[in-house]
Amino acid sequence: MDMISAFVRRPAAASVLSLIGVLAFYVIFGGVDLGRLAAAASWLNFAANLGIVALPVGLLMIAGEIDISIGAMIPAGSMTTAILSGYYGLPIWMGMAGALALGVVVGLVNGLLAVRTNVPTLIITLGTLVGMQGVVLSASVLLTGNASVEVMAPDWAKFAFGHLIAGSHQVIIVWWLLLTALFAFVVHQTRYGNWIFAMGGDKNSARNAGIPTRRLTIVLFVLSATCAAFVGMCQAIQFNSAQVSGGMSYIFNVIVSVVVGGVLLKGGFGSVFGIFFGSLTFAVVSQGIYFTSIDRNWSNLIIGVMLLIAVAMNETFRRMAIAYAPKKRTAV
Amino acid sequence: MTAPLLKLTNINKSFGPIEVLLDISLEVKAGEVLCLLGDNGAGKSTLIKILSGVHKATSGTVEMSGKVVVFNSPRDASDHGIATVHQFGGTFPLMSIGRSFFVGEEPTKGWGPLKRLDRKRANEIAVKAVRDLGITRIDDGDRLVGGLSGGERQALAIARAVHFGATVLILDEPTAALGVKEAAHVLRIVLQARQRGIAVIFITHNVIHALTVGDHFAVLIKGAKAADFRKGEKTREEITDLMAGGEHMAELEAEIASYMATHEGHPPPVGG
Repeated sequence: MDMISAFVRRPAAASVLSLIGVLAFYVIFGGVDLGRLAAAASWLNFAANLGIVALPVGLLMIAGEIDISIGAMIPAGSMTTAILSGYYGLPIWMGMAGALALGVVVGLVNGLLAVRTNVPTLIITLGTLVGMQGVVLSASVLLTGNASVEVMAPDWAKFAFGHLIAGSHQVIIVWWLLLTALFAFVVHQTRYGNWIFAMGGDKNSARNAGIPTRRLTIVLFVLSATCAAFVGMCQAIQFNSAQVSGGMSYIFNVIVSVVVGGVLLKGGFGSVFGIFFGSLTFAVVSQGIYFTSIDRNWSNLIIGVMLLIAVAMNETFRRMAIAYAPKKRTAV
Repeated sequence: MTAPLLKLTNINKSFGPIEVLLDISLEVKAGEVLCLLGDNGAGKSTLIKILSGVHKATSGTVEMSGKVVVFNSPRDASDHGIATVHQFGGTFPLMSIGRSFFVGEEPTKGWGPLKRLDRKRANEIAVKAVRDLGITRIDDGDRLVGGLSGGERQALAIARAVHFGATVLILDEPTAALGVKEAAHVLRIVLQARQRGIAVIFITHNVIHALTVGDHFAVLIKGAKAADFRKGEKTREEITDLMAGGEHMAELEAEIASYMATHEGHPPPVGG
């Protein structure tokens, strides 16, 4: 009983339960063969691409901000890689460096606007989102005359960023697991993580306690834009081409994953494992439906219901966490 | 005679054309409680913000132990030993007691890039600090701050300030949102801090609480210091009158009395 209560008080609890719930639903009502599902790569590939972007966006939400410009940064990353190394024939490391550098630049723009102005970060990143879409489209058409560009990366780049392990699993899954472990360590085991929670809890008190909130905000925005560009870069290398469109659906998917993962919309609470399981759950719902006998048009309805149930669970568990007090031990 | 721990000389503060503080001069000695009284809008919050490094005075000096100091940031002020606890003390309701106690000063173990938060030590120290001040209900540093009562949160915030070596403790309306019993707890903790040699500035508009803990009182009215006296020099009624603009109340009472006298005891008609 104690172990259950301890589990439930963790921010990731609802996302784990959601994952189990969704799997159970698909097995019972969809006739899913769990063995087949486990061996399949489609949902895991989906989860990895989504998950890498969800991690820093989730951290920003814990810190009380949000970044929706990732929707444009993913195609921006892939187009940069493709245009530099595919169209202009520059060595692939230049294409990769260009994509990541673009991520850093846009992240700095988002971050500086966030700390220097009073504009809410939702609006700032909405502006960068739309702006970057325009930049990517114009650059692509101006430079290459096309809205889609091809790129053939050399073997070492393909091995590291864009090949299929065992012919089915994208290597980006490995990157996702590594990044999750790294983020989990920094956020939950170091003092920088504590600073992120403090900022989300009460930014003024955090600043008064000596936390460099401005610098931290900028770092988080750079992280989210760069991770999005990284995902785009990997996609370009994996599929040997890049398009100006695509990426918009990530915005909605990332927010659902993060919220299912236990991160509060107003910040101050959440966990990296929650974001991890939230992304996994979302991927299972949206891709796992293809393994069932359920009509795939129902997938959005299932996502909606799952989101509501997960958020309700999160609220309940959080209230239980706040009210928790260990039984008073008798005096020795 | 030793210099006072904190001395304000002719502090003025204006925000553009609006003058909020006029020529405030105050002294606080170690181990004493100065009660800063005044109605809303009198300038108490602004004075506190200057002392805690949020604002800079437009003119005037702040001295600590005889040396002039200028605070460029809240971190500056706390580095000099000035700790401020706000009315809704102990924020970060969704953090554990241990973590919120050490925000900004987290204890670590290990070295280099693998420096990890020492959660156990943080919890132990936080719980001990709060129990030292008499709050016995708390024994698990992993509990979330949001589950503590208002008085316990104030105690946690004060324990934090004391632990990090505050020499001046500024309490901004600590008892305003508390019930009678909790307020008594907090007042007892204030006296404990005083006993440890900390100079306490206690801002309040509750005269009874002020009289319980104060050694020295200053009343602010509309940004200026209207009175400065030690314990015992004024009665509770005199202080309340001072704060509420007592002369105005007395004038009003006299006016009503004379009207009633000329109108044979009938009160003035409404909307006359």
